[in-house]
Amino acid sequence: MLTTLRDLLRYNAQFRIGAILVVSVATMAGLSFVSPYSPIDTFVVAPDMPPSPAHPFGTTSRGQDVFWHLTFAIRNTLAFGIIVAVLSRAFSLTIGLLSGYKGGWTDRVLMSINDTFIVIPLFPILVLFYFVMRDRMSWTALALIMALLGWAYDARLIRSLAMSLKTREFTHTAVFSGMSTREILVREHLPYVMPIVFSTTMNNMNWSIGLEVTLSVLGFTDINAPTIGGMIYWANQHTAMVAGVWWWIAFPVVLIVMLFIGLFLLAVSMNEHIDPRSRLQRMGAGGGT
Amino acid sequence: MTGAAALAIDARQAVPAKAVLRVDGLKAYYRSRHFGVAREVRAVDGVTFEVRANEIYGLAGESSSGKSTLIKTIAAAMRPPLEVVDGTVGFSFLAGGTSITRATSAEVLAIRWRNLSYIMQGSMSVLNPVRRVRRSFEDFASRHMGGKGAAFEARVIDHLARVKLDANVLDSYPHELSGGMRQRVAIALATICRPDFVIADEPTTALDVVVQKDVLGMIRDIQREIGSSLLLVTHDLGVHAYMTDRLAIMYGGMLVEEARTADLFLTPQHPYTRHLIASLPRIGDDTPRAGLSGSPPNLAAPPPGCRFHPRCPLAGDRCRRETPAMLVHAPDHRVACFALSGRGGTA
Amino acid sequence: MSAPLLELAHVSKTFGLGGLFSRRRIPAVDDVDFALRAGVPEIFTIVGQSGSGKTTLARMILGMETPTSGSIHLLGQNLAHIHGAGSRKLFMGAVQPIFQNPFEAFNPLRELDHYLFLTARRFGDANDQQRARTSTDAAMRQVGLSLVEVAGRYPHELSGGQLQRTAIARAMLAKPKLIVADEPVSMVDASLRMSIVNLFKTLRDELGISIIYITHDLATAYYISDRIMIMKDGRVVESGDARVVLAAPQHAYSRQLKDAVLVPHFKVQTSES
Repeated sequence: MLTTLRDLLRYNAQFRIGAILVVSVATMAGLSFVSPYSPIDTFVVAPDMPPSPAHPFGTTSRGQDVFWHLTFAIRNTLAFGIIVAVLSRAFSLTIGLLSGYKGGWTDRVLMSINDTFIVIPLFPILVLFYFVMRDRMSWTALALIMALLGWAYDARLIRSLAMSLKTREFTHTAVFSGMSTREILVREHLPYVMPIVFSTTMNNMNWSIGLEVTLSVLGFTDINAPTIGGMIYWANQHTAMVAGVWWWIAFPVVLIVMLFIGLFLLAVSMNEHIDPRSRLQRMGAGGGT
Repeated sequence: MTGAAALAIDARQAVPAKAVLRVDGLKAYYRSRHFGVAREVRAVDGVTFEVRANEIYGLAGESSSGKSTLIKTIAAAMRPPLEVVDGTVGFSFLAGGTSITRATSAEVLAIRWRNLSYIMQGSMSVLNPVRRVRRSFEDFASRHMGGKGAAFEARVIDHLARVKLDANVLDSYPHELSGGMRQRVAIALATICRPDFVIADEPTTALDVVVQKDVLGMIRDIQREIGSSLLLVTHDLGVHAYMTDRLAIMYGGMLVEEARTADLFLTPQHPYTRHLIASLPRIGDDTPRAGLSGSPPNLAAPPPGCRFHPRCPLAGDRCRRETPAMLVHAPDHRVACFALSGRGGTA
Repeated sequence: MSAPLLELAHVSKTFGLGGLFSRRRIPAVDDVDFALRAGVPEIFTIVGQSGSGKTTLARMILGMETPTSGSIHLLGQNLAHIHGAGSRKLFMGAVQPIFQNPFEAFNPLRELDHYLFLTARRFGDANDQQRARTSTDAAMRQVGLSLVEVAGRYPHELSGGQLQRTAIARAMLAKPKLIVADEPVSMVDASLRMSIVNLFKTLRDELGISIIYITHDLATAYYISDRIMIMKDGRVVESGDARVVLAAPQHAYSRQLKDAVLVPHFKVQTSES
């Protein structure tokens, strides 16, 4: 594992850049634990100050240090994205693998449920949830809802892969060696499915964070807990762009763009590496003479 | 093959013909770097032979013999990581005697299909699945045969008759034809420009046994009529016995024996050839046959000296240190082995 | 009279192609009957070209497909009545497969030995890893290899011949009564082929395992078969004692097949060379 990482860092420029970006963003998130200011306090410093040595990213119209507030914001946003990704991956993997391998009625029932979820229009549903739950709309609730809505598309992807794996001869060998369905799915098929899972995780994170930012900007979430979207929301409330307080919007945007691009580059570069065909090539197999 | 046919073939070989293809000391390796680890697979490691005019020359080899790489090199179909490290591949029709491995793409384009063509293993890799057969003929051959008009079509239909195909094949899509018919189309396609040299790579391996014999017969008939040279590559010794005039055995990236087909089957010299021929099962023959011990060599880390020595019953000290060269054993019969009398090694 | 080892009675399999309104029915296997006796191990060869139905027949015997009509009985048990993990396991302890492509038979991303150990533990009499290793080594030695040669190795590190022998060793570890081998040597190099073909003889003679050997190659069929069955387009064209049938085939198709075999016939030239 470690040698793989080291090799990727050394030889794959995409991975290097992606890693640098993501690590920078993660460092920002980590810095939140040493922040001198609490994120919910307002007017602790002079408002509307441009970037300076004392306040490297400037201050907001609400009297908060942008830099330190951003560390909390990115931490929450990142945590949110990770939770949604992990939960929805769990769903899509289980349902996709089971459906593809079993076939028959299991497949039909699961895919009917799946397709129902695919056609649900996400944005209106999320807005509806907000209006129904109002003040009880917490981050965990939102994460749970998004996880429940975000697995369907990828489950179909994984299912088609599972279906093709089922016909391969080594699956039959595994069956005749006495492996149970669960064992086959986990030990034989999962390595082939991992590249897709990995890149869909990155996609999923980008999607969930993007949606969260959108909702927050529009004010449909708990705007007191600091998130990137929340910061932009407040900046808009105080008409920051018009007032010339550009740093309030610019820095969160830059940071979130860094995160998106970093995740994307990581997904793309690791994908090529994890893909079974290129793994086999590196191990020395493949290619006829 | 009856005695009369065998004699007829011998008569043709009595007059030494000039070489259409001459491969000299060819070395082609796959070189790759993955994460700083360099790998060199020595797929073709010093191969020298020639194919004469109007002859069917067979190349036999199993997996890890290097024969697929050899064909790619001869057909100028090399792509990285495959590199020609040494040696030349000269065709009589390539102006100036340049090696095709160093020819420009313009030079290769000029001879491709007009002088040099191929029949590949999977006919679907030659025929475009979304175009009718007629279009494939136009794409490949019209350039060399003066346009796509009625005259061209008439010649195509005439040529198709040689492989016993109807004119309506031209209007079909490849998937509408059976495997045998598709392969016959591929043969017609490869020979319509009456090239000087045709490479056939496992042309009948995917076909049923009954169809195979018909198709091989057609290939041979066309070759006789056009007078082209044919390099037939397959692992199936039965096919070689049926088709070829001369036959070479390839092992571990090198040639180990080459002779007139009859001589090779009647008096094989190299231990590997002897084993291959002895282990062919035949209907009506109950003699127990043995498999060869060991495994084909790993071309990324081949054994030192003779590539065959780890599996050879006659291996001696010299075989483990030096690689034997192809030496003339009898007229038109070359072998690369130390163990033959008078060359060192044991026995 | 005890139940036969394997009995096929009027077995047919039809596949349907096309959509809801126009389903073309293609009979892959059409009314096949044969039986293998229990206690008398033999090598039963099924010969056919592609499209003859031989592979579909093999898959039905292995329980991977169900016949559209007719029945298959293994040791008296109807295969269609095998449901549930318990009975399937008993079935797999009696019948094991060998597949055509040795490189696909094992997961390229996993080490080979885990399949061997698993078979030994699930079907054999090995209760723990140590006993599994011993059984595996014994089985590997019988096929001419040893555990040491494959331990920790991946499929691509071995040759086709070694892989196919490992597949046979794995099948042996389940101590089956019947092995169904679908074109087991067609993708193996000619120089390695005979050692595997000879292995089937050993399985029959020393271990008492019956083998259904499926091939398109008449020459190897002659070499090891006791009985032979020739198929064309899903139907049985000719069957009987292998030597008898191949020496003098009666059916026109069988004769066609035999004529199409390319046999090197060379006469010694008295003149040149």
